[in-house]
Amino acid sequence: MGGRLFGRSPKTRLVSGRPRKGEVVVEMRGITKRFPGVLANDHVDFEVRAGEVHALLGENGAGKTTLMNVLYGIYQPDEGEIYVRGRKVKIRSPRDAIKLGIGMVHQHFMLVSPHTVAENIALGLSTAKFFLPLREVERKISELSKKYGLRVDPKARIWQLSTGEQQRVEILKALYRGANILILDEPTSVLTPGEIKELFATLRRMAEEGRAIVFITHKLDEVMAVSDRVTVLRKGRVVATLETSKTNKRELARLMVGREVLFQLEKSPARIGGVVLEVRNLQALNDKGLLALKGVSFKVHEGEIFGIAGVAGNGQRELIEVITGLRRAVKGKVVLLGEDVTNRTPRELIDRGVCHIPEERIRTGLVPDMSVAENLILKSYRRPPFSRGPLLNYSEIRRYAEKLVSEYDVMTPSVDTPAKLLSGGNIQRLILARETSGKPRLIVAAHPTYGLDVGATEYIRRLLLKFRDGGAAILLVSEDLEEVLSLSDRIAVMFEGEFMGVVDADDVDVEEIGLMMAGVRRMEVVENVGDKG
Amino acid sequence: MLGIRVRVERRAVTPTWLLAAASALSVASALLAISALFWWYGVDPLLAYRRIFAGAFGSTYGLLETLVKSIPLMLCGVGLTIAFRALVWNIGAEGQLLMGAVAATAIALFVPGIPKPLVLPLMFLSGFLAGAAWGVIPGVLKAKFRADEVVTTLMMNYIASELVNYLVYGPWKGPEEWGFPYSSKFPKYAWIPTIPGTRIHYVTLALAVASAAAAYLLLMRTTIGYEIRVTGGNPDAARYAGMNYFRTVVLVMLLSGGLAGLAGVGEVAGIHHRLRYPSGISPGYGYTAIIVAWLGRLNPLAVILTSILFGGLLVGGDAIQVALGLPIAVVNVFNGAILLFVMGGDILTRYRIRVEWRRGR
Repeated sequence: MGGRLFGRSPKTRLVSGRPRKGEVVVEMRGITKRFPGVLANDHVDFEVRAGEVHALLGENGAGKTTLMNVLYGIYQPDEGEIYVRGRKVKIRSPRDAIKLGIGMVHQHFMLVSPHTVAENIALGLSTAKFFLPLREVERKISELSKKYGLRVDPKARIWQLSTGEQQRVEILKALYRGANILILDEPTSVLTPGEIKELFATLRRMAEEGRAIVFITHKLDEVMAVSDRVTVLRKGRVVATLETSKTNKRELARLMVGREVLFQLEKSPARIGGVVLEVRNLQALNDKGLLALKGVSFKVHEGEIFGIAGVAGNGQRELIEVITGLRRAVKGKVVLLGEDVTNRTPRELIDRGVCHIPEERIRTGLVPDMSVAENLILKSYRRPPFSRGPLLNYSEIRRYAEKLVSEYDVMTPSVDTPAKLLSGGNIQRLILARETSGKPRLIVAAHPTYGLDVGATEYIRRLLLKFRDGGAAILLVSEDLEEVLSLSDRIAVMFEGEFMGVVDADDVDVEEIGLMMAGVRRMEVVENVGDKG
Repeated sequence: MLGIRVRVERRAVTPTWLLAAASALSVASALLAISALFWWYGVDPLLAYRRIFAGAFGSTYGLLETLVKSIPLMLCGVGLTIAFRALVWNIGAEGQLLMGAVAATAIALFVPGIPKPLVLPLMFLSGFLAGAAWGVIPGVLKAKFRADEVVTTLMMNYIASELVNYLVYGPWKGPEEWGFPYSSKFPKYAWIPTIPGTRIHYVTLALAVASAAAAYLLLMRTTIGYEIRVTGGNPDAARYAGMNYFRTVVLVMLLSGGLAGLAGVGEVAGIHHRLRYPSGISPGYGYTAIIVAWLGRLNPLAVILTSILFGGLLVGGDAIQVALGLPIAVVNVFNGAILLFVMGGDILTRYRIRVEWRRGR
């Protein structure tokens, strides 16, 4: 009677022995977790068996990560019980979870970058001695990595490794600590298609050995490719738990979103006009002062979407910032509508019709404490009717804001509401409304649907296509390969500051794009189509 | 069985009434905390507060003196709201004030041949420009070289202070001042007129109130003010929107420093009628103005009220010094405590406490 609230938890002692295949190793019953204003998990039941890859599917904000953070001891549930191998447990911290044989690979890695792989893995081991017998650790790491195909040099330092390799270190870390239950939070978002394949093979091998794998994702293809069972979460609730072999993408999408989703956007053939943007042999430094953009050339035409695919951090950000005037080019040229605009200020470019949907929409695209109306005039406040001379005209500003809010369907209590109170999707609509409300000549869109739910994503993609058909030139940079493929008319793949190749969207080979994303150069670069026009 | 659950959570929006209540409560808490100090000096805190209040607001003389002291606080405080709104932490109002005083003295005593009616306007103008220049230097250093303005403006205060010392002990020392570190007295036409029978130099007071209204309009109703607020709200967004960061930072430091410079003119031409050693001109108005601006929640109109409140605190502080034999440092501790409590209170307003009664199982 109520004693549970203050009572001590049963000892979190490791249950010995590898679980049998099919044994229920984790059972979560009625888990409820509240955050201020949000019910992140609403009486969630979830179970994982030894020997399976269990996909946890849901949109952003569906509560997948929260649920797993509860299992890993990062959050305490407000209600509900957790059983590990049949025994009721209270997991108060990741330390408890590790003792119970639970390991988690987070979306953001938790590694110490100046240290070696072996040092990172040994860090925090309960068996670690004051003087670490590193050679012993290294030997064991090599053993594990050979067994599971997790290639990585134990002596390498973390900063020398690619993101894919760092992820392998995180997995090894969990295995080294004896994890029989391994949670991976959106592990593919940082990987190339080739690396994803390797990861899936590793996961299968671990499952066959009798480990239980929980795989958090919002990508349907991945669920179909790797999982045995799938649990779908929507708005904090479990919608269904299904065997993967007995379902399909369409059903899963419907469960995830709560309605039918169109997979194919209707796209009319491009009516390509003159050149709007031409980039010639452009080079730029990154924030660390290293050459991150190493000579890129391309053209974007009216009525065309030029997509740039590639894993983030390969110079895309620098490219966009140079084109929008936020970063200086050290070499090369940016030509806009026949005028050399290299290293012009952002204002000069805005005045020439360059719209920018920024990568980090809240960090750069928004003044969170200012109202929706004030955010909507961020780039036009100097023009009539919003201002005359030095004076702002607030009644005009509010009228304009009200018009845009209804036109772009921004859900907000009023135009005077602080912008920070809007949801992610509505913030993106606000930014789109501001950027595209004039007559955009060039739209530079960076990861425009990143982190948005399916509904908002669909809306934004349609809008981009609408502007393309209206004759705007669009430069689309996205990590989401599906997005680039479904929207673009031509696709360039970027790797380490260079284009590996440019292909027509009509004859795309996904395999080939995957190779280019991993740094293989396309032998014959397709010439710009638009030169004909 | 019932369980009580007390949780602290972040608020999405802080209502205005709460901000006002938090300000009042912060001041009250600071008073309470300072009571301990009075105890330690063997003074009954209630008596001390009564004396402070009576000294500042309880008599005509006290009230008038409170207004006198609120003039420099208002000018500096309004200037600081402009800078702080752009996230530029100008700690240098003190030095900017002193430079205004120096420039006014130069015009009054050392520039011959100015027609008499023009002397005062020129003193105000030169004081504004000198204060502005003192502000623009750290502004440029910040915008161009990312030099931390908290450090540079603070250092500029020392330079200004030593410059005043040098002048009043050296070249500008008045020959008829019996060796005191004073300049000569200004000629009468270089005095700011006062309301008869008081020390209120009303021209400066009018300037201060007008500057508060102007700053409010500037911030809330003009494109420049919009740029200042965007820059303060999110500097990255300001750059992305094509705003000129350099221009904004330099402009707010110019206005901020200029207004502090006017305060310096008011002190030397309205009260002392000569240049004196630095602490003789300002007992730290430039620093107290930081609290004035903050307590006014960076709203220039609210600064009118908070500057009068702090003017009263200075007068009341003088009163307890005399009446109860407490050191001046007590007043400084007082000011510091209020700033600390106001800033702490600010953080607390962003959260709410929620108590839940729930049925246990």
